[in-house]
Amino acid sequence: MNEVLLIFGMFVVTFGIRYVLFAVADNIEFPDKLKRALNYVPIAVLTAIIFPAVFMPKGEFYASIENPYIVGAIVAIAISFWRKNMLLTVVAGLAAFAAWKWLIIS
Amino acid sequence: MQYTRLKLFILGMKDCAPLILAAIPFGIIYGALGQSTELSAWAVVAMSVFVFAGSSQFIAVGLLAGGAAWPVIVLTTFFVNFRHLLYSANLLPHVKPYSQAIRAPMAFLLTDESFAVASNYLTDHGKQANFHWYYFGAALFMYINWQVCTLVGLFIGQSIPDMANWGLDMAMVVAFIGIIVPCLHNRATLACALTAGVLSLITYDWPHKTGLLFSAVVAILVAMYLEAKQGGMQPDAHISKGASK
Repeated sequence: MNEVLLIFGMFVVTFGIRYVLFAVADNIEFPDKLKRALNYVPIAVLTAIIFPAVFMPKGEFYASIENPYIVGAIVAIAISFWRKNMLLTVVAGLAAFAAWKWLIIS
Repeated sequence: MQYTRLKLFILGMKDCAPLILAAIPFGIIYGALGQSTELSAWAVVAMSVFVFAGSSQFIAVGLLAGGAAWPVIVLTTFFVNFRHLLYSANLLPHVKPYSQAIRAPMAFLLTDESFAVASNYLTDHGKQANFHWYYFGAALFMYINWQVCTLVGLFIGQSIPDMANWGLDMAMVVAFIGIIVPCLHNRATLACALTAGVLSLITYDWPHKTGLLFSAVVAILVAMYLEAKQGGMQPDAHISKGASK
């Protein structure tokens, strides 16, 4: 295994993807429709990251009240709707998750 | 409201703090896993320093343990990080005022977390002249934290071998929930989230996280369709204000 090539290669593709649009930003103007579509990127991508973590914590579908990820997520969603407070959402969601995982289930 | 540069920088750090907390266990687990592969210690650290992309670093370590060749890992990294192209496209209107010397480090530091914090801030504040100070406050905090956690994992990882099974990924889940839920205030945004979520479960087995990209793109199309049906209503007045030139 060539470690230098591995890390250099990973750097090039990762930085390349992140930078290519920024680099040419002066010469591109997205159509209005595309700009509006891009407004949905945070919701779409972050939700697509969250769902598998919650419903498939071990790689298999696990939709059960015994699944602490689902309980923690429900509490976090409720708190976030109620208060829109990031820190409170994180603390409450993690507390519910931990309580369910260690106190209730096991 | 007008902020000084330093205040913006500190505000960025502050807003990023919950995500920093969520990222700490990931950095430590990465360092610990890296240490257990054939990678040398400097390579484990160098990957955090130069690549700075959590999920692809995990996948790289996993593939290494399975004996994969480096070109395979680089190609996988390309696909796994392709979602960052969507992030940079979203931020594009906000980086146009800056020189390449500022854009390049902004791009280098672009992760799920820094994007989530930045888009949250832009939703609330619209287009900002000194946006980069806020961004660098959040993103540099994230970067330094990632390096420290990698080192901690490298050195103490072996003494807490079961850490990967504690369910610490829940911290990232609730942090992202805290960012997304306030954005869901009409049918289009709600449908966007539900479509992305359900499709990401169905396409979970697709290689190189291509299912994640597919789900996100379809969800965006569904949202656009509903937005048009609602009579061109904007997904979010603030975001739109920030994104339009």
